[in-house]
Amino acid sequence: MTEGFTVFAGAALFVLMLPALYRVAVGPTSFDRLVAVNVIGTKTAVLLVVIGTLFGRLDMFVDFALAYALLNFVASLAVARYLNRTRSTPERKPAKRRTPRKKKAKAS
Amino acid sequence: MSMDVADSFVGGFSFDFGFLAEASAKTTHAGLSALDVCGMVMVSVGLVFFLGAAVGLYRFPDFYTRMHAAGKGDTLSSLLILLGFGLITLDDFSMVGWLLVVKLLAIVLFIMLTSPTSTHALMRAGYEDGVEPVTKGSSSKNTKKEVES
Repeated sequence: MTEGFTVFAGAALFVLMLPALYRVAVGPTSFDRLVAVNVIGTKTAVLLVVIGTLFGRLDMFVDFALAYALLNFVASLAVARYLNRTRSTPERKPAKRRTPRKKKAKAS
Repeated sequence: MSMDVADSFVGGFSFDFGFLAEASAKTTHAGLSALDVCGMVMVSVGLVFFLGAAVGLYRFPDFYTRMHAAGKGDTLSSLLILLGFGLITLDDFSMVGWLLVVKLLAIVLFIMLTSPTSTHALMRAGYEDGVEPVTKGSSSKNTKKEVES
């Protein structure tokens, strides 16, 4: 009874990942793809726990799931920072403001 | 099961939590204990939340709305499904079983910390990169379906 429910939960998780995979395929911006990849990665960690329950080796698969969740988080943050840095760097201007202020202070 | 090998190291003694062991030993006519039923209910609720996240990720018109659905539904459904399988696994109250549940709780805590963090980082990256939100009356470029209206 429990095994049947576990198989059902794993299959439902896999089927519900397909809309996220669709968003990865046809997402208009790259951030849409990144969000969907993040969702798929988190659900893969959950699916590893389901597979471990099904095989009866949950003590082994829990470590896999923990490592997978950690790697997913690090990869998501890295790609987010990479996409963020590409445009926000040339707009920094507070360094240029300091020199006129000093000149004004000296002139007055 | 594979618990026997690790149980031999720690001596295989089991805790005697009163009501939990009683709830685990008392099975219904289908062979399910009360903890199994609770775990199944939690996994089902988590699957419903993940259904909401998947439908939102598929149907919503905008990057920010998709991220809203994905972030919340994904976090809560992951927590519920993992805790439900922790309850299903917790049938014998041995040392290794508790260690397994503690590891599952570590994954739950990790996901609860990191999933909003990555959602926030992605949202900020998209905002600073100039992804336009969909507004009322104007069909944005980011919308999937360009409905002429």
